[in-house]
Formats: sequence, structure tokens, C-alpha cells
Amino acid sequence: MTIRLEPREDAGLGLKIGVSIAAGLVALLLVAIPVLFAGGSPLTAYGLMIQGAFGSMFAFSETLNRATPLILTGLACAVAFRAKLWNIGAEGQLYIGALAAVCVGSGLLQLPPALMIPTVMIAGFLAGGLMMVIPTVIKQRFGADEVVITLLLNFVVILLIQMLVEGPLKDPLSMGWPQSVSLIAEAKLPKLLPRLRMHWGLIVGLVAALVLWLMVRKTVLGFEIRAVGENKAAARFAGIPVDATMLKVALISGGLAGLAGVGEVAGVKGYLSSDLSPGFGYSGIVVAMLAGLSPIGTVIAALFVAAVFVGADSMSRATGISSYIADLVVALSLLCVLVGSFFLRFRVKWERQSVVA
Amino acid sequence: MTNTPVLLSLHNITKRFGALTANDGISLDLHRGEILALLGENGAGKTTLMNILFGHYVQDEGDVRVLGDGGLTTLPPGSPGAALKAGIGMVHQHFTLAENLSGLANIRLGTEPLLSFGREGAARAKVQKIIAESGLDVDLDRRVADLTVGEKQRIEILKALYRDAKVLILDEPTAVLTPQEADGLFVVLRRLAANGLGVIFISHKLGEVLAVSHRILVLRGGKKAGELVTANADRRAIADLMVGKAVATVVRTPASPGEVLFALENVSLHGASGRSLSGVSLALRAGEVVGLAGVSGNGQSGIAALISGLAVPTSGTMRLYGETVSRADPRALVANGVARMPEDRQHDGVVGTMSVADNIAIEEVRSAAFSKMGFLDRKAMRERATAAIAGYDVRCQGPEAEARLLSGGNVQKLILARVLERGPRVILANQPTRGLDVGAQAEVHRRILAARDRGAAVLVISEDLDELFALADRFVVVHAGELHDAGPSEGLDRGTIGLMMAGQSHLRTEMAS
Repeated sequence: MTIRLEPREDAGLGLKIGVSIAAGLVALLLVAIPVLFAGGSPLTAYGLMIQGAFGSMFAFSETLNRATPLILTGLACAVAFRAKLWNIGAEGQLYIGALAAVCVGSGLLQLPPALMIPTVMIAGFLAGGLMMVIPTVIKQRFGADEVVITLLLNFVVILLIQMLVEGPLKDPLSMGWPQSVSLIAEAKLPKLLPRLRMHWGLIVGLVAALVLWLMVRKTVLGFEIRAVGENKAAARFAGIPVDATMLKVALISGGLAGLAGVGEVAGVKGYLSSDLSPGFGYSGIVVAMLAGLSPIGTVIAALFVAAVFVGADSMSRATGISSYIADLVVALSLLCVLVGSFFLRFRVKWERQSVVA
Repeated sequence: MTNTPVLLSLHNITKRFGALTANDGISLDLHRGEILALLGENGAGKTTLMNILFGHYVQDEGDVRVLGDGGLTTLPPGSPGAALKAGIGMVHQHFTLAENLSGLANIRLGTEPLLSFGREGAARAKVQKIIAESGLDVDLDRRVADLTVGEKQRIEILKALYRDAKVLILDEPTAVLTPQEADGLFVVLRRLAANGLGVIFISHKLGEVLAVSHRILVLRGGKKAGELVTANADRRAIADLMVGKAVATVVRTPASPGEVLFALENVSLHGASGRSLSGVSLALRAGEVVGLAGVSGNGQSGIAALISGLAVPTSGTMRLYGETVSRADPRALVANGVARMPEDRQHDGVVGTMSVADNIAIEEVRSAAFSKMGFLDRKAMRERATAAIAGYDVRCQGPEAEARLLSGGNVQKLILARVLERGPRVILANQPTRGLDVGAQAEVHRRILAARDRGAAVLVISEDLDELFALADRFVVVHAGELHDAGPSEGLDRGTIGLMMAGQSHLRTEMAS
């Protein structure tokens, strides 16, 4: 018997969605093993997780709140990966976006909310975008690998933020806590519902997903991004300005991650600190991959990952099983998606050894 | 030489890739102590034949026999391991060395069990003995990355000899060498042959084949075109064998050249080797097809890059309709009526995962024809694609089919539809029919000649001389980055072009006088 791999002609939409769902399920199945080791019952644990994520209005709003930055960082990764620009730096871009929001929105400008909020958002978008444009320029000029640059810049940025919130930006009223001055009220994103933490950032994320979806399908820019991502040589031959297109992608990608940072500062915390993001930038990579780089899929994948995190927190409180289970589920679902994408490209055939003539 | 025993015998080897027959019933014998040259143009089937011999490909018919202990034995097809064991050593055009290891480590690599200690001394002694016998001098302890190309090649040859090769195959070994290094290699090869090795030397360069080989086997279009002993071979006869006789496919009426539409004036281009040009002048006239002949890698890609708008001259002037082109901008050229067919149509011509409609619109996607205010006009794109599919007989599922699902011939028809439907005034057809079957070839030729008759200026770049003779009104030959005018195609013959391709442009003048 031999195993033969045949390239698939075309994987249908159903198969693509199926692989993503299967990846999530397989990850949950695999995580049952450590749950058993921790002395819990996987069924109970997952039941509690679902309850913790969707069981009440409060729980669901927390899941949506958690999903908000993930939608934006997920879109940031999805749009970049589509152009084969490997942005691993959404985490840093998120912080820089948040930093820009604080710089502009903590008293430097005094505008009514209708102007202040867009200003803060634009500042965060441009700052985050610049953080991705720089590595892209370095890549184009010197051939340096953007994976390495963007990844390492994350650590540079987080150290910069730590320095700033301990120093120049430190809030004198924070009683010694390393956190920045607060945003003025006009710069804060309104809550969606009273008494819940959900904020308008969610709407921004959903609109961004819709805009990206339209851009990819309907606009010349989306056409060019697809061409550059799928076959750079043919795109260049056809006259598509490859470098300029990549820079546009970089700006959009970094900008979306920057918006995620704006949302966390202006919608949730109100100030900047170096623990603003529990790895939203990195989780965005998983979200984008789970979504198969589709903008609409990103929203759904972000909800899944957010639910896992929020549900695991709640489950952990009830059972004593570590909430690190959530990281395990998310990491394993990425691995499963990567394995699954192999089956999207190839059809596996088992056959008896053929006689070579 | 033929009185020594046969080391290797290929019998009636046939290999097909889809519609293309790369090797068609080829037989050859290699004797002990003989250097056999395998000569042919690009695409003649040389490399395919050697890949079958070495077990990289499985032949459709025929077999490979190697001298073993009990006389000639048939090699199992498709097994490089068996070929190695039988004493066949291959030096590929692109080296297969681990750059971060020493020369000696590379030579030993794969010959010893995973856990082996204390064998280095024995291995070194064996390699040094081979070096002494062959003259393949090289520092065994330097990292391969620090060696010159010529030294790396020596390591490759040593690698084969270390495995007790009886037959050594060298695929275009001089392509990467300087003339001095090549001469050194020839000395080594003669010594190796004198010591009893059989050598197969693959090349498309006439001169070196005459210099080093005992016997020459000429391949053309996958078939054996001739076999001769080097000592009595005539240069001209071999050139004729290599390029073959005319097989007209399309009837070409006499041209009526008009004004110059595109011109290169004393253009030089600095770039990667094989792309550099020095002092090239070329004029493309309305209603005339110029055929560009040359051995691949002599500057064709540089000329193609200029006309395609992917490069601008380093010095000299490029003119389109008399105006200087100073910016590399494919879109501007396309908008000004330049049609470009890329050399590698699958790689540069289409985005495989995008649809036929997308690929037809791709060059002009920003123009008003296909977009408005930055939004795609899907309807216009689909209509254009539907018309193209019908008009150019592109066989596909429809405008939305992915381009990667199309066959090579249909991809070329797609590109023809993309570039010719605009009624271009200047056309670059780079290897327009490479890999296409005869029917598709004739169709492409017909379209190109129709465009010429409409008044377009055409440059055809091809490695297929038959094709150039079918299409071209005038010939230019590129060699080592320089362009030589060969004049009108009437009165030219293959042999002359073949010699000019080999850099013997003075012979043409002699014969003309």
C-alpha cells in the first residue's frame, strides 16, 4: 500500500468552512486530555465554558467585548496574509495605536465627541499603520524578513510603553500604578448598552470587516492585493505596482491593529498600561487563519476565540482547572487549521503498489 | 574507442509529458574511456534523457542497461539509488551541495551509516588518491560556501568518483564556468577518460563539444538527429543537425515594412547575467516581424524586459513612436498600444488562482474600461472575457474559471486575447509557442502574422529556429549581450544562424562575400 497525494483542483467553500469548524472541534477534543489530567470532567468543563461565554446577557456581552479587539487584529492579519505580507506585529501595532489615542485624546485637543472620537481613531490607525509600513519598507529596500522585524518590534514597543507609563505619560493620580493619564470624556467610545462593557469598538470592527470584504471583492485595490498576493511576478508583469500595493496593505493592516488598541483604551480601560492586551495581536493570527483569511469569517472566528477565553475564565473559577486551557485550545486550533489546510490542497489516496513497467 | 567494452547502453528510450514527446526512441552506447557529447538546443530532450538514466524520471518505453559483474544488466526505472549503486554519477547544472559543510563532509555525505566514527581518515585517503589520479585539486577542509563555482564543481565530481562511478554525467558543466575553468575541466575529463571512466557531456555549445568529446550525439526535438565521431566532424554539419530543416506551418506573405515604431539605440542594460546588454540597437517597423535568435541566456530576457516595461536602459535610448521611454511602467506601455507575451506564461502571464476574466482584465484594470471610481466593473470584465473565450477559442469552464485549470495552450490563447484584442501597434512575442502542441502553435502563428498584416511591429523571441523561419521577415541574433543583424530571412539558412548564435558572426560575412 502506498499513500499518494493529489493536488485538488478546487476546494469548495463548504470544505473550507468544514475544515475550520473541524479544527476547532478537534482542538477541543485534544484539550479534553489535559482536562482529565487536571481531574476534571471534560463535558462538565466544556459545559461551564459555554455557559460562561454565552450563558447570560452579561456573559455574552463579555464575549463580544473580548471579540472586539480580536476582530480588528484578525482583520489586520487576514488582509496582510492575503498579500503574503507576514505581519506578526499586530500586538505592537495595537499598543502604538493605543499610545496615539492617549497622546491625542488626553487633553491635547478639546473637541466635541463627534469630532474627538474620529480624531482619536484616525490617530490610532495611522500610528499602527506606520508601525507596519516601516518593516515593509525595510523589507522592500533591504530584503529583510518582515516576520522577524514585526515580531521583534512587539518587544520594542512593549518596553517603550512601559517606559512611557512609568515616566512621561504617568498619571500623577494613579497612586503609583504604572498607567498613563486618562482619556478625556469626549474621546471615550460610548457603551453599546447600559451597565455592560461592550462599546462602539464592536461596531467599528464589524464595519471594518464589511468594508474589507467589499474592498477585496469589488475594488481595484482589492483586485491588485489579490494579484500581488497570489503571484507577484505576474502582477508585476501586468503593471500592478507591487511595492506600492504592499505599502497600502501594510498601512491597512497595521492601522486595523492600531484601531484595536484605540478600542481597548477608549472603549474599555480609559488609560494606557503595559498590560492593555493579553496577546490580542498574537491571537489575531489564529483568528485570521481559522477564518481562512476571509473578512466575514474573521468575525466568527474572533467570536469563537473570545468565547474560549471568556468561557475558560469562568470555568476555571468554578472547577479550579487552570484557565491556561484557553491558550491551549486556541493554539491547538491553529495547529489543526494548518494540518487541515493540507487537506484543502491535496486529496489523499491510498492505493496498492502499482507495478512499474 | 569503440573497441573498449560498453559501459552503458540506453535502448529505445521514449518519454512523453502530456502531448509533448520529450524523448522519442533514443538509443545510445557509451564505451569505457569515452567522452560522449550530447548536443542539442534547449528543449531538444538532453536533460530529460539524463534524468531518465539517473532515475529521476520513469521512461514510458525502453530501458537502461549498465555493465555489472555479469555483463549488461537492466536498471530498475525511477530509482536514483539503483543508478548510484550501478556506478552512475551525475553532476547537475545546479549543484547539490550542503554549503555549510566542508568539501570532504559533502563527499562523504550519504555514503556512511548514521553512526560512524573514525572513518574520516580512510575517506580522506580515498579522496586524496582520486585527486592525485584525476588532477581535481581542491581544498577538502574549506566550507563549500567559501569555494568558487569551479571548485564546487570539482567537489561534485569527486563526490561521484568517491562512490566509484563508472559513468559520469555532466549536465551543461561549463554554463557556470569561466573559459579558463572550462579548459581546466576538459583536462580533468580527458584524464578521467584515459583512466577508464565513461563520460557523458551535455552541452549546447558547439565549440567545447568539438574540443573535448570523442563522439557526438545530436538531439533535436526529442529525437536522435545524428551521431558522429568528433575527429571527422564538420562544424557546419553539426550545426545543421542541431537546428534541423524547415517545416513550414504557416504561409507568410512578403512584408511591407513601414515606419519605425519601436527602437533601441545603442542600449546597454546592466543586470543579472543573461540579462545584460551592451550597445544594442534594434528597430521594429510597422508591418514587419523581426525574429530574435540566440542561445538562451545571452540577453534575450534583457530585451524582453525593456519592451515589457520592466526595465529601462542603463545607457542609450529606447523610443516608442519616436518618443523616449524613460520610466519602467508596463501600464503606460500597454495604454500606448504595446502587447507583451511573457516568456514564462504560467509564471509571469497569469495569476493562477484568479479567474479567466480577472486575468484578461489585469493589465488594464485601472482603465475606464474595467473600473469606475476605484470599483471594478465586473460586468464589463465578464463581457470582455466571454468575447475573448469565443473569439480566441479559449477552452475553459467560463469567465469565472480559475486560470490555473487551463492547459498551457489555452493560457497562451488567453494572453493572446488579452493583448491582441486591443489592436496593438507593437508586439513582443517571447517564446510564443514553447510547450504548445502543433495545432496551438499554428493558431498562435496565424494570430501573430495577422497582427503584422494589420500593421503592427512584431518582435518574436524564440529558441525554436523553425518557428523564427516561419514568422520572421528579418533576423537578429543575440550573443553575449550583443545584437547582430542577420538581415532579411530570405537568403538566410539555419546553419548561418546557428553559427551566429554560437558567436561566430564573422563567418556570416565570409560566406556572404
